[in-house]
Amino acid sequence: MEPSEQKAVRGVGHSVRRVEDDRFIVGRGNYLDDVKLPRMLHMAIVRSPLAHATIESIDISEAMALEGVVAVVTGKDLEAHKLAWMPTLSGDTQAVLATDKVRFQGQEVAAVIAESPYVAADAAELVEIEYEPLDIFVDPYKALENTETIIRSDKEGQADNVAYEWEAGDKAKTDQLFAEADHVVKLHTHYPRSHPAPLETCGCVADVNGATGKATIYLTSQAPHAHRTLFALVAGLPEQNIRVISPDVGGGFGNKVPIYPGYVVATAASLLLDAPVKWVESRSENLMSTGFARDYHMDGELALTSDGTITAMRCHITSDHGAFFADAQPTKFRAGLVHICTGSYDMQAAHITAKGAYTNKAPGGVAYRCSFRVTEASYIIERLVQNAAYELGMSPVEIRRKNFIKKEQFPYTSCTGFIYDSGDYDASLDKALEMLGYDEIMAERDAARAEGRLMGVGIATFTEVVGAGNSKEYDIAGLKMFDSAELRVHPTGKAILKLGVQTQGQGHETTFAQIVANELGIPPEDIAVGHGDTDNTPYGLGTYASRSTPTGGAATAVIARKLRDKAKKIAAHLLEASEGDLEWDSNKFVVKGTDKSVSIQDCAFAAYTNPPDGEEPGLEGVHYYDPPNMTYPFGAYAVVVEVDPETGEWEVKRMVAVDDCGVRINPMVVDGQIHGGLTEGYAMASMQYIHYDDDGNCVGGNFIDYLIPTAVETPKFELGETVTPSPHHPIGAKGVGESATVGSPAAYVNAVLDALQPLGVKNLEMPVTSGRVWEAIQAAKAAAE
Amino acid sequence: MYPPRFDYVAPTSLEEALDALAEHGDEGKIIAGGQSLIPMLKLRFASPETLIDINRLPGMDGVSEEGGTLRFGALCRHNQLGAHPLMTSKYHVVAEAGTLIADPLVRNMGSLGGSLCHADPQADWGSVMIALKATIVCQKKGATREFGAAEFMEGIFTTKLADDEIVTEIRCDAANGGFGSSYLKMERKVGDFATCGTAIALTLKDGTIASAGVGLTAMGAKNLHAEDAEKVLVGQAPSAELFAEAAEAAVAIADVREDSRGTPEYKKNVLRTFMKRGLAKAALRAQA
Repeated sequence: MEPSEQKAVRGVGHSVRRVEDDRFIVGRGNYLDDVKLPRMLHMAIVRSPLAHATIESIDISEAMALEGVVAVVTGKDLEAHKLAWMPTLSGDTQAVLATDKVRFQGQEVAAVIAESPYVAADAAELVEIEYEPLDIFVDPYKALENTETIIRSDKEGQADNVAYEWEAGDKAKTDQLFAEADHVVKLHTHYPRSHPAPLETCGCVADVNGATGKATIYLTSQAPHAHRTLFALVAGLPEQNIRVISPDVGGGFGNKVPIYPGYVVATAASLLLDAPVKWVESRSENLMSTGFARDYHMDGELALTSDGTITAMRCHITSDHGAFFADAQPTKFRAGLVHICTGSYDMQAAHITAKGAYTNKAPGGVAYRCSFRVTEASYIIERLVQNAAYELGMSPVEIRRKNFIKKEQFPYTSCTGFIYDSGDYDASLDKALEMLGYDEIMAERDAARAEGRLMGVGIATFTEVVGAGNSKEYDIAGLKMFDSAELRVHPTGKAILKLGVQTQGQGHETTFAQIVANELGIPPEDIAVGHGDTDNTPYGLGTYASRSTPTGGAATAVIARKLRDKAKKIAAHLLEASEGDLEWDSNKFVVKGTDKSVSIQDCAFAAYTNPPDGEEPGLEGVHYYDPPNMTYPFGAYAVVVEVDPETGEWEVKRMVAVDDCGVRINPMVVDGQIHGGLTEGYAMASMQYIHYDDDGNCVGGNFIDYLIPTAVETPKFELGETVTPSPHHPIGAKGVGESATVGSPAAYVNAVLDALQPLGVKNLEMPVTSGRVWEAIQAAKAAAE
Repeated sequence: MYPPRFDYVAPTSLEEALDALAEHGDEGKIIAGGQSLIPMLKLRFASPETLIDINRLPGMDGVSEEGGTLRFGALCRHNQLGAHPLMTSKYHVVAEAGTLIADPLVRNMGSLGGSLCHADPQADWGSVMIALKATIVCQKKGATREFGAAEFMEGIFTTKLADDEIVTEIRCDAANGGFGSSYLKMERKVGDFATCGTAIALTLKDGTIASAGVGLTAMGAKNLHAEDAEKVLVGQAPSAELFAEAAEAAVAIADVREDSRGTPEYKKNVLRTFMKRGLAKAALRAQA
């Protein structure tokens, strides 16, 4: 038997159609709510209507009396099993079910387990809870000032509402540079609370089998392995008996990184009731209680010389974490990687401080399509630089060019300690301006201004830091941030690749196969990609922070190369040649200077049927990749808007996005990622936020109040690229999932501000709603009179 | 999002539907397109014992213009009205509102009568029917009542409709020459409720405005009838100054609060702007 036909190898650089799409398009995906097990029970959570109140009593008798109700669980029940509290991924603790008091509207207080989701919902309404209201803090500044009402009264020694304090950079040098500065530009701005709002909400099916002791937990998880370990540590279950399966996941965007109380309660209930328990959030539960993002109040300052050279940056952050510090941040990085806020600019010093506040709002601070607070960092610097241009009478292009880190400076050590791997910021900006037709657009803008129309051009040139770790510096809850790939080539030359990372829409099943194709010559359609099942994949920290390609992608390339090295030994055996005489030619080994060759498929077949003497049979292996550094994608975005001066509405006329994410594995998938990110960036810039009234009521707990742009509002995007490979990544790729969310909000806001600049408007807060624009115009007009 | 338990009946004639209403009284609730009611059930804001599904009632989804009267069956879908040739050519205020309501999914299912009976002050049809000076026909077993559109709506989610009544038809005078109308709406995104909406219908005769209808969306506790604005307009020749004066008369009756759509000043400013733009658009059509 001979292995069959040779197909064209479509590796890196090919727009292979996404193999996962077929099942999604025809409705044959397998999402969490599709999981149905025999004897499965359903859970509904009873939530607090109040933002801050002590729990006086809980009466479950009426709920228990309802036919079909199996159990009602309260915090007291969990306390007996030491499960009333759980650790967060930022080293804090979070109530699973409230025992002492509730700390935000929507907090989990009790759970009903019933034979159907309808009965569970009916019974949840019958749980009687008496509350005694307490003072409510929704403003982080007021919460930080207050030492009488301690939101986290559960924490021993907590005498205020401070969640953490953190700093980076060189204070003395920064202070000195500010003292010597010709000009200081300041901006206070709020990056509002938003929510990743994945189409699929969070949920789980916990199946703890009393007979086998095996806990199979189906989970909407971006990090199934890490979650398994944490379940083992928190619940005390033996890890070999825990299997976390993250099925098809309908979007994560950071929302599915944390562990939520519902997962813990459902698992405990399954253990105690010896039956599978399903819990699936409603949309409002998702928006009101699971990981929100941002909510950073930032005071940024730039020190400049009179010619526009930026010498130093200061930034103080007041971060609002709600009731529990439930970010998912690397252990040493309380404010994530926000100290990337010096951005694309070469400066001498920076000093960044952050203070986290507990408030009576939903817990979190997850990275919404963002590598640990990089979005906030990019926003403050790009807003500051544009303001600096205006204040110094320079063009926003000129000031950027003047301060860019130059191509020849890479690798570049930033003044907050990051080592930028590679970049060519001028080339990226050149490309964007060329695509935009910058000079013509500026002339058009000026002509429009002369007619009294409000047209504006906004630019943002961002630098991201993605792909955590290295494992020396980066860990989450102690788990080092490496990742892994296991590759097994079958006798017929087909392969299966198993990943420690997990796809939620990124297209791993397509793109990771292309990496193998690139390195090992097996066509992508001959490679199955497995992920998300901890019993069947090697360990990894999961998919977020644009880390899959930088870590898991690198692991995939390395293991494919290792198998190619082994295949070469087999090829030498088959060709009766020495290894030194063989050349690799995309999918086959050729004896140099001859037409004699064997394909990778021939080698795979021989690995099982005719291995060389002394060589281990088979063709498979696993690699754990610990990245030497992060990767630093960058780009230049330009937006043209026109503002309706009568209504304040603004329309994006052009949106040009040039991204440099290093080598592009699948250009079509990259474009898709950028389109999605630009849309989410537009959402945050224009319409999307969660806020709270003074009573702590959440405004934004449904899609009437929390706005997601449709195709109608979404601007038309014009995409461009430059390619500056990462020098340390095996295939030179950098990660791209989050670039557009990180880079674009400032471009949109800068464009609207540019339109209003002739009126003297200095600042607009996101979301830049038409009402806010109109108010700003009125205020500027009043000030001018 | 699981609704509480309810019973469901699906009558196939108006008589059966009226019988069902008489039987269930205030524990029964009519479901037509369900685009507001089903979310309210799932949010448990509403918990009727019995849903009476009227989607199978024959002859309630027609549009006709005969004998000087324009008639809409209560089961006309938003999308049907938005795309109707008579509306897109003559009654632009209907066509424009019909295409601006919510999103395509809602427009395919949601009904004119259902929307009017739901009486959300941010919904659009009430304003349109005020502008058209329409009559809303309510039937119960053995009796029929009629209300002017402005009179029909009483407040937030409340109307003159009794528990045992059903809206069967909405009608207004057909337009003769010189008719022009418009519907303008500010929404933050497709599917959003209105920040502000203006429904305007004008009839021009010999260069002056012979009649005017103005309905306002999201400007108070119900769709507002801007009678003072109408009075400003009637008997005058269309002009920018006149429209500005009418706009101020409309702004004077707006009763709005601050929310994430904006401050009261902003909302009134949008109303002012839309009144001027909407009147100009309607006048242009009337003159065409």
